[in-house]
Amino acid sequence: MPVQRDEVMPIRSSEDVVRVRQMVRQWAVTLGFSLVDQTKIVTAASELARNTLGYGGGGEVQLEIVQKGIRSGLRLTFIDQGPGILDIELALKDGYTTGGGLGLGLSGAKRLSNEFEIFSRPGEGTRVSITRWK
Amino acid sequence: MERIPILKLGDFLLVTIQVDMHDQLVMTLQDDLTERIVKTQALGVLMDISSLEIVDSFIGRMIGNIAAMARVLDAETVVVGMQPAVAITLVELGLSLPGVRTALNVDSGMKLLRTMLDQKEMANASSAR
Ligand SMILES: Nc1ncnc2c1ncn2[C@@H]1O[C@H](COP(=O)(O)OP(=O)(O)OP(=O)(O)O)[C@@H](O)[C@H]1O
Ligand SMILES: [Mg+2]
Repeated sequence: MPVQRDEVMPIRSSEDVVRVRQMVRQWAVTLGFSLVDQTKIVTAASELARNTLGYGGGGEVQLEIVQKGIRSGLRLTFIDQGPGILDIELALKDGYTTGGGLGLGLSGAKRLSNEFEIFSRPGEGTRVSITRWK
Repeated sequence: MERIPILKLGDFLLVTIQVDMHDQLVMTLQDDLTERIVKTQALGVLMDISSLEIVDSFIGRMIGNIAAMARVLDAETVVVGMQPAVAITLVELGLSLPGVRTALNVDSGMKLLRTMLDQKEMANASSAR
């Protein structure tokens, strides 16, 4: 998949989470996403950025504009070197939380994206990648 | 410190959220609002979220918490002005806001609050008999 443009942003504070939301919005607008699609990818980004900060102990997000044939899309990859996730299947269940949340972040981000990938191993951190196509 | 203003409108409190709030600001608002409900003995809270471009699980939880807290303090909460794109996204995210009433704008929210309070009064009056 050819990458048109890419950028990395740190996620170290809740202000960074706001900046990530704003940057994802900008990129989605540039790509010509509809308002609903913009809202979906920004919401998914907000969930994943907050997880990176809260559970991963901070990390970064890579934003990429990707191309598949004539379709372009926005791919976001959230990376941290935190404790990782022991049982990914369980973490992806609606309502599962270890932090007193609603347990909707991961599962919701998956529903709000066209593609979703997660790699995590205890002690080795977590990487979550989502793509939304135009 | 940065804060979301809370206005008193008669028996009601009006909160207009105008910025992309970071999480600490959301927590501060929750605390400030509880305090104001107690201090002003407000009967209702109107939360205008028409400027909010997203509602994620964190803000959704905050809205639910505020409504629950307000209810304990005998006040009703109405959320007004949710953008359609936000509402669509909320459903797909899996978030339902149980017990949170919504209205299209501040005016209709105010009317809804009045109706809810009237009903409450009538129920109180009939159970007192
Ligand atoms: N980057 C991460 N590193 C380690 N654990 C994680 C990470 N992301 C998620 N988890 C684990 O997966 C669980 C589910 O995450 P999810 O985002 O779905 O819910 P939540 O963050 O607990 O609540 P919500 O997002 O609804 O506020 C978390 O409670 C946490 O245990
Ligand atoms: Mg989460």
